[in-house]
Amino acid sequence: MTDLPSHTERQLGLVIDLDTCVGCHACVVACKGWNTQSQPSPLSDQDPRGAAPSGTFLNRVHAYEVTPQTGAAQVVHFPKSCLHCADAPCVTVCPTGASFKRAEDGIVLVNESECIGCGLCAWACPYGAREMDMAEGVMKKCTLCVDRIYNETLPEQDREPACVRTCPAGARHFGDLSDPESAVSLLVEARGGMDLMPEQGTRPANKYLPPRPRDSWEGEVDLLAPWLEPVAEEPRGLLGWIDRTLARL
Amino acid sequence: MAQTERQLDTPDTQVQISDEIRKTTCYMCACRCGIDVHLKDGVPVYIEGNRDHPVNRGVLCAKGAAGLKQVTSHARLRAPLRRVGPRGSGEFEEISWDEALETAAGWLKPLRESAPERLAFFTGRDQSQSLTSWWAQQFGTPNYAAHGGFCSVNMAAAGIYTLGGSFWEFGTPDWEHAELLLLFGVAEDHDSNPIKIGLSKLKARGARVVSLNPVRSGYSAIADEWLGITPGSDGLLVLSLVHELLRAGRIDLDFLAQFTNAPVLVDCDPRSPEYGLFLRGDDGSPLVIDARTGRPAPWDGERVEPKLTGHLRRAGISHRTVMEMIAAQYMDRAYAPEAVAARVGLPPERIRWLAAEIARAAFETKLELDRPWTDFRGRQHSTMPGRPVAMHAMRGVSAHSNGFQTCRAIHLLQALLGAVETPGSFRFKPPYPKPPEAHCRPHFRAVPGQPLEGPPLGYPLGPEDLAVDAAGAPLRIDKAFSWEAPLAVHGMLHMVIANAVAADPYPIDTLFLYMSNMAWNSTMNTAGTMEMLTAQDEEGNYLIPRIIYSDAYASEMVAYADLILPDTTYLERHDCISLLDRPISEPDAAADAIRWPVVEPDRDVRPFQSVLLDLGARLGLPGMAEDGQPVYRDYADYITNHERRPGVGPLAGFRMGPHGLQDGRGTPNEAQLDSYIAAGGTHGIPVPLGAAYYKPWNRAYQDWAVEIGLLDAPAPALVQLWSEPLRRFQRAAEGQGERLPPEPLRERLAAVMTPLPVWYPPLSDTPGVEENYPLHAITQRPMAMYHSWGSQNVWLRQIHGMNPLYIPGAWWRALGLQDGDWVRVTSPHGEITAPAARMEAQSENVVWTWNAIGKRKGAWGLAPEAPEATKGVLLNHLIPEHLPSGENGASLSNSDPITGQAAWFDLRVRLERIAAPREASPGFPPLRSPVPRPD
Amino acid sequence: MHPAPSLILFTTLSGLGFGLLAWLCVTLSPPEGMAALAWLALAYALCLSGLAASAMHLIRRERALKAFRQWRTSWLSREAWAALVTLLLGGGFGLSLLLGHPLLPLGWLTGLAALGTVFCTAMIYAQLKSVPRWHHGSTPALFLAYALTGGALLYGQTWPTLVLLALTAALQIWVWIDGDRRLARSGTTLASATGLGTEGSPRALFPPHTGSNYLLREMVFVVARRHLLKLRVLAVLLAFALPAALLLATAVSYFNFICLALYVAGVLLSRWLFFAEAEHVVGLYYGR
Ligand SMILES: Nc1nc2c(c(=O)[nH]1)N[C@H]1C(S)=C(S)[C@@H](COP(=O)(O)OP(=O)(O)OC[C@H]3O[C@@H](n4cnc5c(=O)[nH]c(N)nc54)[C@H](O)[C@@H]3O)O[C@H]1N2
Ligand SMILES: Nc1nc2c(c(=O)[nH]1)N[C@H]1C(S)=C(S)[C@@H](COP(=O)(O)OP(=O)(O)OC[C@H]3O[C@@H](n4cnc5c(=O)[nH]c(N)nc54)[C@H](O)[C@@H]3O)O[C@H]1N2
Ligand code: SF4
Ligand code: SF4
Ligand code: SF4
Ligand code: SF4
Ligand code: SF4
Ligand SMILES: [Mo]
Repeated sequence: MTDLPSHTERQLGLVIDLDTCVGCHACVVACKGWNTQSQPSPLSDQDPRGAAPSGTFLNRVHAYEVTPQTGAAQVVHFPKSCLHCADAPCVTVCPTGASFKRAEDGIVLVNESECIGCGLCAWACPYGAREMDMAEGVMKKCTLCVDRIYNETLPEQDREPACVRTCPAGARHFGDLSDPESAVSLLVEARGGMDLMPEQGTRPANKYLPPRPRDSWEGEVDLLAPWLEPVAEEPRGLLGWIDRTLARL
Repeated sequence: MAQTERQLDTPDTQVQISDEIRKTTCYMCACRCGIDVHLKDGVPVYIEGNRDHPVNRGVLCAKGAAGLKQVTSHARLRAPLRRVGPRGSGEFEEISWDEALETAAGWLKPLRESAPERLAFFTGRDQSQSLTSWWAQQFGTPNYAAHGGFCSVNMAAAGIYTLGGSFWEFGTPDWEHAELLLLFGVAEDHDSNPIKIGLSKLKARGARVVSLNPVRSGYSAIADEWLGITPGSDGLLVLSLVHELLRAGRIDLDFLAQFTNAPVLVDCDPRSPEYGLFLRGDDGSPLVIDARTGRPAPWDGERVEPKLTGHLRRAGISHRTVMEMIAAQYMDRAYAPEAVAARVGLPPERIRWLAAEIARAAFETKLELDRPWTDFRGRQHSTMPGRPVAMHAMRGVSAHSNGFQTCRAIHLLQALLGAVETPGSFRFKPPYPKPPEAHCRPHFRAVPGQPLEGPPLGYPLGPEDLAVDAAGAPLRIDKAFSWEAPLAVHGMLHMVIANAVAADPYPIDTLFLYMSNMAWNSTMNTAGTMEMLTAQDEEGNYLIPRIIYSDAYASEMVAYADLILPDTTYLERHDCISLLDRPISEPDAAADAIRWPVVEPDRDVRPFQSVLLDLGARLGLPGMAEDGQPVYRDYADYITNHERRPGVGPLAGFRMGPHGLQDGRGTPNEAQLDSYIAAGGTHGIPVPLGAAYYKPWNRAYQDWAVEIGLLDAPAPALVQLWSEPLRRFQRAAEGQGERLPPEPLRERLAAVMTPLPVWYPPLSDTPGVEENYPLHAITQRPMAMYHSWGSQNVWLRQIHGMNPLYIPGAWWRALGLQDGDWVRVTSPHGEITAPAARMEAQSENVVWTWNAIGKRKGAWGLAPEAPEATKGVLLNHLIPEHLPSGENGASLSNSDPITGQAAWFDLRVRLERIAAPREASPGFPPLRSPVPRPD
Repeated sequence: MHPAPSLILFTTLSGLGFGLLAWLCVTLSPPEGMAALAWLALAYALCLSGLAASAMHLIRRERALKAFRQWRTSWLSREAWAALVTLLLGGGFGLSLLLGHPLLPLGWLTGLAALGTVFCTAMIYAQLKSVPRWHHGSTPALFLAYALTGGALLYGQTWPTLVLLALTAALQIWVWIDGDRRLARSGTTLASATGLGTEGSPRALFPPHTGSNYLLREMVFVVARRHLLKLRVLAVLLAFALPAALLLATAVSYFNFICLALYVAGVLLSRWLFFAEAEHVVGLYYGR
């Protein structure tokens, strides 16, 4: 089982747009909600009302600050869940076969009833995409909502991950990244979608669209100057200009 | 361990999560998205967004998705409570509903008979203000308001008085057509999901987003351009933009002439008694010069073509157009970018760049919708020309004491560009536009045993509408509509407790609060407020003798009430999001919505609105009791059968007409709620295509609004660049007219109540303050948390369980701070300690933190050691409710001098580095919890 | 990484046990009779208690047997097999000793298997690219060196012990010094982790949750640098310097309990450091 498939028929995954993510955490909670309510075992929370609440989340949103050489510092909100890697180290380390990658769609899953809770897969994942559920003692991770995307009890348009469905800023896209013609692949192509930690050699399926350039105003000052060419310097002048302009119409 | 793991080697991809979906409305914020509540065996198991809902189109925010945790919260109150220990201790006994209601009625009945104003009834961010306001009116107390006074009344009032409608949730950028969006001080807003959806639309189209905000997170983080403005200076910046655009002639002369009062003639003779007021015709309507004839004509005369410039002498008095006043005022070099740069905190080039970019976006490309329409003067237009520059502003502007005029300045900027209700700019959501004249005036004359003549809140048009006595003293407990806050159109909840305790203007008997955490995050001077709530006279009587409170959860405020009326949660009751109140309309549809009990409460709690109607019936209030019998069975019955005006009720959909069901006006329909439920909890009445833009001036829109009952008669109105109501107050401050302000307030009123927008520094920036308190301290809404009440949510509190103070890099280094350090934060009013964190992406002299994460120990059903209480920070401790007392020792509220809007963000502080203490201070003794909590 | 006592005990004890077994099985004059039994019993006790400790690390211990399944890819699985095979082979060899007919080739095989087990254990860590400090050939080398040293010490091989102490100490010190550079060398940075390096250098601003979580508890363990240095010195003293000095000074040839105690303490400490010092790249996301 923990052999990685040499080839996947499709590679489903997420494309996350760092240009539009506002860091609202909607996807975090939608994920928690779906994976808690839809399943017999919830994503548990420890000490939920106490001094150190800590629970299982399959998707978390960080925020980073980037200070360029010149100009103002920028903030990028950064959601992160399992990237469904092609060379998933979390799979190969698993001693039980509980962790596996599906040949049909490339989704990386944990078969919880086979998991011994050794935690090794979480160690192997460089992204922090696996979390041990402390109530169950088994490893949990993003399932790419495998129980939504093929779920015929759901209306067709709802067969997409819960996090994608809920994202108010439209920053999450779902599709087949192995198909160069798919909407997600085209988006990745157009926006220079990138891998996280490429040097780790995991070949993630999920791609991140970098933020578009910000604060490009300085380069525009000259270009825009004609728009502020004065027509008048004092009130009378302006009124005269108004009269002349209106007369011309 | 439970043997319930998923078998994902052959995952159950066909899992059926629910057997029923009930569609209702979210309550986790005022955005009011549609939700699909999934139930399994009658138990709600999952919530997702309703795809057919006009507000959220299927998406849901973090709070909405965590809604179930609110419904099952351990902090839910479980039965009516009567205080048994001292006030503030949190010691209660459970009592029956009958006892609770009899107690309340027993307290209130004598008040109504003797002095109804001794009841102060104030509500929080509830969504039933048309009911609560009516209840107060029927009771006969003027002392009613909701939360708007501490929220964003500056936006509401400036919008209504200038445009006839406001930002807030009552208007929206034209997401479909805008090419440039300017966001002033918006972190989250009430329109949470629509703004996010809208921003993504702009991004997808490649439109540009510019954010003006001292902090670059959230919406500001994704903005293409960020201008880290100094708090409190937006007005100055905007007027500088106005200056630049006027100089460059980048203004929309057509729009100004037709749809604003720029061509209206103003009396410019300082010696004239009408100085600064409009020249009016015999019928009282303001006059313009008709370009066709060169003669004065009523502004709204059939086919009149108002002329933008011109003089008119009449009876020896000279009049000029508003446009000329505008030119005279804003062409002044005092508004040049160089002149304002230092105060605004932006280089002059940056300001000029913004002006140029606005000009480019506004005038470079021609946007024109092919929709013929007819304006109020009867002129036919073959198209709808657009202006793809949209603006939106919220509390970054409004929560300052210069917020009203700043917001007016933004509206001036919009109007100069022709960017109001034109395609691509800013659009109203019905029932707006609705100018102040179409609203009522405030009603405040309390007569024992009698209702008020009308609603307590309204829109004053001049000094004659103020709620003051002959001597000019306030008649309302919060001093709204007094000379201290003449346009306090949402009341001033933040002053009620302080005023009542000081018996200024008079003492009250009963404070009746509904869902407002006045002992904590919605109050200024939090520690002081807690003392006031427990303050006693020499005989040991509480200075506020009785406090009745309705909350659904064990909040900080609960501990300070004598009688608790526990409310249901949002899935357990009927609610009505009404066009009479704060509906969920979109620019293209008037829409309202309901909540309905998708689950039954499992505790001895009752929906507050039903309780209020019950109480009203017990008190025999007109409209609620007839012949000693309750008129309404409960709130659902009220929603269905109440008529505010003939044919107009809480819900506009599915009413009865002569030929069956109809929308808008109509008689009550017993099956109305069922129809709403079947329709997904909401119903919209589409605005006809030709009526969807230019609404204030569009005949088709005005007629449609009358037809569906939003207006009783067409009310076209010009953009009030020059505000006559403001000038009337200013005139009084100059000593003109019958009702004059008290001497000590005249100077301030004259300075701030200017008919054209002005900027003045925040009022608490008195001499010396800036030197001693060099940093501005502000808060932001965290997107995943709703004020205080998200902390009981076991999912959300993991995201925001504590809140450090974010300190700009330069100050961080100057103070020698390291990770893990704390700071002592001192304001002129007090001090707190806070965990420190560094952030570079913020303005130079600003510190900030998330709002309302810090909690009182023992509240919200949390363990006393909860991080919210030990590392949570509440800036409110630092904010005084009064301005530093002036020469005369008068204690004026720390609010906008025009609207009474609480000036939360005028706060200034200084910092000192301290080692991490064991707990944040100030600390308070833990509250005794009325609900079980983990220990 | 979180220095879990179960894992520190596991690697220390099983290292000693398999190290001892290796020495037992490859020395040219293996013990016989009851002595053989006693030595084997000690080695098995160490190996088994080590393995038991490792089982303690599993949350679902009742399913521990499932860990044998994935030997084709998983070093953890391989380690389980290797341990089993070693113990079975060792059993056979032991029997032959007991019976007085030592099957030396079986002994050599057992010895190899014992070292193979230690290798597998080390590879569980060394394979993890996500922990650059471990992801290195020196990790199995070091584990093997410690196992052999401990085994030699236990088995009273004075001169081999002294040589091994010196070699292992040198290797350990080099591993520490080199290890300190491995995260940087790995090329994984917050910039590569976020792809946000092109504009400037990114820095963690808001954590995803204000509270802690499994990842932080398990993978982000931070000890102060100055403590680390002290602890390293202490570990060298305990594991190498003091045992060696004692061995040289007293030159008692057979069983030196004090040396052993010092050594074990030193190894426990170095194992604590092995985990505590190891930086998992996920820490970058959290600004650690
Ligand atoms: N420093 C600082 N202070 C601020 C602000 C700021 O920006 N900075 N913002 C201000 C603004 S704009 C606002 S609106 C206020 C908000 O402050 P509040 O209006 O006090 O808001 P909440 O904390 O949400 O508390 C409202 C109360 O309603 C209760 N509640 C929740 N659901 C229900 C229900 O279904 N029924 C009933 N009966 N009660 C319920 C909650 O338990 C809570 O006790 O804070 C103000 N305070
Ligand atoms: N998630 C969530 N949503 C909410 C709420 C909530 O508690 N949580 N509360 C609801 C309520 S009651 C309200 S009133 C709305 C408020 O919605 P917002 O107006 O978005 O509220 P704030 O978070 O107060 O945002 C104020 C913004 O103004 C910035 N700011 C402060 N001072 C200045 C200034 O002088 N100039 C400029 N340009 N910017 C400034 C701050 O940095 C901050 O970004 O949100 C509503 N929506
Ligand atoms: S992100 Fe982590 S858990 Fe997901 S497939 Fe890649 S390595 Fe495995
Ligand atoms: S924790 Fe479970 S899934 Fe992960 S490696 Fe161990 S057995 Fe496999
Ligand atoms: S795809 Fe599903 S499981 Fe994965 S992060 Fe999104 S909601 Fe969670
Ligand atoms: S829901 Fe969308 S916008 Fe919100 S944090 Fe997640 S990805 Fe970002
Ligand atoms: S924005 Fe969020 S909390 Fe507010 S109504 Fe919508 S889903 Fe609910
Ligand atoms: Mo608010």
